[in-house]
Amino acid sequence: MIILLMIVHAMLEYDFMRNAFAAAGVAAVVSGLVGYFLVLRGQTFAGHALGHIGFAGATGAILIGVPPVWGLVGLTVAAGVGMGMMGERVSDRDVAIGVVLALSLGFGLLFLHYYTSFAAQATSLLFGNVLAVDRPTIAVLAGLALITVAALSAIMRPLIFASLQPELAEAKGVPLRFVSTAFLAIVALAVSESAQIVGILLVFSLMVGPPATAQLLVGGLWSGIALSVGLALAEAWVGIAIAYYTDWPVSFCIALLSALAYFVSRGWAAYRSPNAQVQAPREPV
Amino acid sequence: MNVIEFDRVTIEIGGQVVLENASFAIEPGEFIGVLGPNGAGKTTLMRAILGLLRPSTGTIRVFGRTPQRGDANIGYVPQVRTVMPGLRVRGFDFVASSIRGDRWGLPTLGRAYRRTIDETLTAVGARDLADRALSDMSGGERQRLLLAQALLGEPRLLLLDEPLISLDQRHQESIIELIGRFVRDRNITVLFSAHELNQLIGALDRVLYLGNGHAALGTVAEVVTAPVLSKLYGADIDVVHADGHIFVLSRGRNIERSGHLHDHPAHDRARHA
Repeated sequence: MIILLMIVHAMLEYDFMRNAFAAAGVAAVVSGLVGYFLVLRGQTFAGHALGHIGFAGATGAILIGVPPVWGLVGLTVAAGVGMGMMGERVSDRDVAIGVVLALSLGFGLLFLHYYTSFAAQATSLLFGNVLAVDRPTIAVLAGLALITVAALSAIMRPLIFASLQPELAEAKGVPLRFVSTAFLAIVALAVSESAQIVGILLVFSLMVGPPATAQLLVGGLWSGIALSVGLALAEAWVGIAIAYYTDWPVSFCIALLSALAYFVSRGWAAYRSPNAQVQAPREPV
Repeated sequence: MNVIEFDRVTIEIGGQVVLENASFAIEPGEFIGVLGPNGAGKTTLMRAILGLLRPSTGTIRVFGRTPQRGDANIGYVPQVRTVMPGLRVRGFDFVASSIRGDRWGLPTLGRAYRRTIDETLTAVGARDLADRALSDMSGGERQRLLLAQALLGEPRLLLLDEPLISLDQRHQESIIELIGRFVRDRNITVLFSAHELNQLIGALDRVLYLGNGHAALGTVAEVVTAPVLSKLYGADIDVVHADGHIFVLSRGRNIERSGHLHDHPAHDRARHA
């Protein structure tokens, strides 16, 4: 215990480490929370695509001299709203999302092509650079987090109903398309946050790994959300600590912890109830 | 007062006439079996009663009013149930999600609602499902949960769209028995759609047969006859009584089982249009 405290204390000596822990903490809480519903709704692919679309937004913003985070937020939210408007037919939608995803990466490449000193910038966008986060960025992250959590709280009740039982929710007067669109806009904000920490390519490690693990371990809604947030936070912080002592990239450490937690809990779930379908093919939501 | 009134109702979906000039009335406390081949409009009928579809002509009255989405008097078990078999959500939370699920904000539940859920789960024999994950339940157990949820809030009208689908015979019988009991005890009106008439014969008061855009409502003896069904389907239908069971046959094929007739009325309809 004392050794642990000393380790934590040693890391927090440095300003950049304090910033990293603060930024990762904010992003992890938002990712674990929003990700829980993303996994519940089976829309992880949409979350993945939003990250890639954000790449074009961020590189485009750099090109025109705007902070990349605003390009990321602007384009992902616009894309999230667009996906929501496309409706509930996931099979058609996934193809369209895939096409837009590839196009966005292409645009991102084009923007980088015109931006001369691109290599470092591209790496930090794609794989994150939490150790370079400064205080103004933390303020932006915290502001976005507040908006995200407030918006999610406002639609949470109909969102859960529409996610679990869309046909019944529709009959009971839930505006499905509005809820779905608002949710994807919220996901876009969370993706933008998460991308600041682990990068666009690894948003899954915070947004999908922890909630998927939580849903394997507990069946309650509130306990699942709490566990998802707790896991995301633990994986982000422990990941940074491991990176500090090993000199491995932070995003790799977080991705590794996220994957480990998921597969261990899958094994546990299969061991506990061998007859249950741990990951059955599911109907589109 | 009638619970449901259809007055010369025509419903079209995407230019296709599903129901044409249909008129019928359903009284309080009736158990109505809604029958007809696939695509005959059973689900469409329920969606119209729920206010999710508007008739192109004619009027629908439910409890004397034009149907409105979100009517708390109606309990509904939809047919296309997007229940994810891999979903590890507790039965209790699954049922609870429907309570005031149309309100904004956080999904907090008062103690009174928790008690209502407990009571309803107990009433349908699903108390032990409250703490189990959906992914660990059988089809029959999930069906009980959906039924419990439809009964929450003491509805006066239950719309059950193919609640027997994918259940084995024993579970089918227990669901029918359960619903029959609720209808009698609480004077609830039920529309119960099914593929097969015979399972329901003991429980139902009247049948509503749909086919070829038309609807025929009456007792089994009135409706399930060769002339009525032949007219309804626009084809030669035989009705065979054997050993307490009734078989509806078209050219020797059991239409309720094969769904064979589904294609022909569609063609006929196109030709008449």
